[in-house]
Amino acid sequence: MLPGEVRAMHELSICNAIASTAVKHAEGRPVTQVKVQIGHLRQVVPDALQFSWEVVSSTTDLKDAQLVIEQVPAVVECLDCGATTVLDLAILACGACDGFDVKLLSGEELLVVSIDLVDA
Amino acid sequence: MGRFHLHADGTDHVHELDPDAGHHQDHDHPHPDAGKTPEVGDHSGYLETGQTRITILENLLSENDRVADDNGRRLAAAGVRAVNLMSSPGAGKTTLLRKTLERMGDVVRIGVLEGDIATSLDADQLQGAGATAISVVNTSAGFGGECHLDAVMVRSGMERLPLPELDLLIIENVGNLVCPAEFRVGEDARAMVFAVTEGEEKPLKYPVMFRAADVVVVNKIDLLPHLDFDVDLFLSNLKAVNPRAHIIMASARSGEGVEEWCAWLAAQGELEPTPSQV
Repeated sequence: MLPGEVRAMHELSICNAIASTAVKHAEGRPVTQVKVQIGHLRQVVPDALQFSWEVVSSTTDLKDAQLVIEQVPAVVECLDCGATTVLDLAILACGACDGFDVKLLSGEELLVVSIDLVDA
Repeated sequence: MGRFHLHADGTDHVHELDPDAGHHQDHDHPHPDAGKTPEVGDHSGYLETGQTRITILENLLSENDRVADDNGRRLAAAGVRAVNLMSSPGAGKTTLLRKTLERMGDVVRIGVLEGDIATSLDADQLQGAGATAISVVNTSAGFGGECHLDAVMVRSGMERLPLPELDLLIIENVGNLVCPAEFRVGEDARAMVFAVTEGEEKPLKYPVMFRAADVVVVNKIDLLPHLDFDVDLFLSNLKAVNPRAHIIMASARSGEGVEEWCAWLAAQGELEPTPSQV
């Protein structure tokens, strides 16, 4: 399998999960927007997720629903120096003192935040 | 942020009772900070007339994790410890597994759950090596082949295994460094096989997988004399993304490190120590 295929399928799996969550909560009502939060540490490529959404949503009741992706930066709190820093790389180190003893505050989100429905 | 968070063990909370929860999901009121905050350019929060927004805040993997928890409970009830074995394609999972079965298969009752995209080639390699039972889960359903095992696939594979007759279940995931790390399947521990032919930078490129591993088997070290692979650089990259992983230097081909790997496996379930055989 080519690396590109693996990646696309990764986003496709995630889109299937987004779609089933949205359909469950919509209870048959038309959906216009699905908003998700994806943490930077999740290795999700937003463009690939949007493309996958076109494929997945077209086969479901969600074909008119727009996917809105909120990306959440990876933020760590250093347990040595106490600094809170945003990661540029996926290396879990403090941006202030380079220490590795850090607590992850955000960046692992994989969340359906909300759906917008057309009022009956 | 702050109204939900994930723990290192993969569990998550959603604080739905937080009075501020959902604030930024429904901007249907004038925003006093308009013009000051960087979020002001995001108009996805504004609702058109005649629409209703439902706040969900549901983890995308919650359904998978629910089934994974069920799998874990069923395995625990049967007294089986489960290890999820992951790697990129060709890193040597199946060869290591065959050596593992040969070494400890007649002492520890081992079941193997094989995830493969469309074939049973890996399972064929393991026949006769000492497994108590082998179950193959082809992941070629749906969109032409999933790239990982999820909890539902593992559940169906478990149904074809005699769990009460097993001590240890090794779940050989689909070869892939991206997806398997996202999907818990009910395992007690996660093992990763990394081949030195893959390059020192891989922990930095695939941090989710390397972070998820409890143990990293650094495989194919018999090839080191022929490679430019910098072991120290790799180990420091690995430590940067996962400081707590146990590291075993091994060659499934020559057998080096296999004993240490088997001891690690045995320790997972407080299984009987493996007598020296090979």
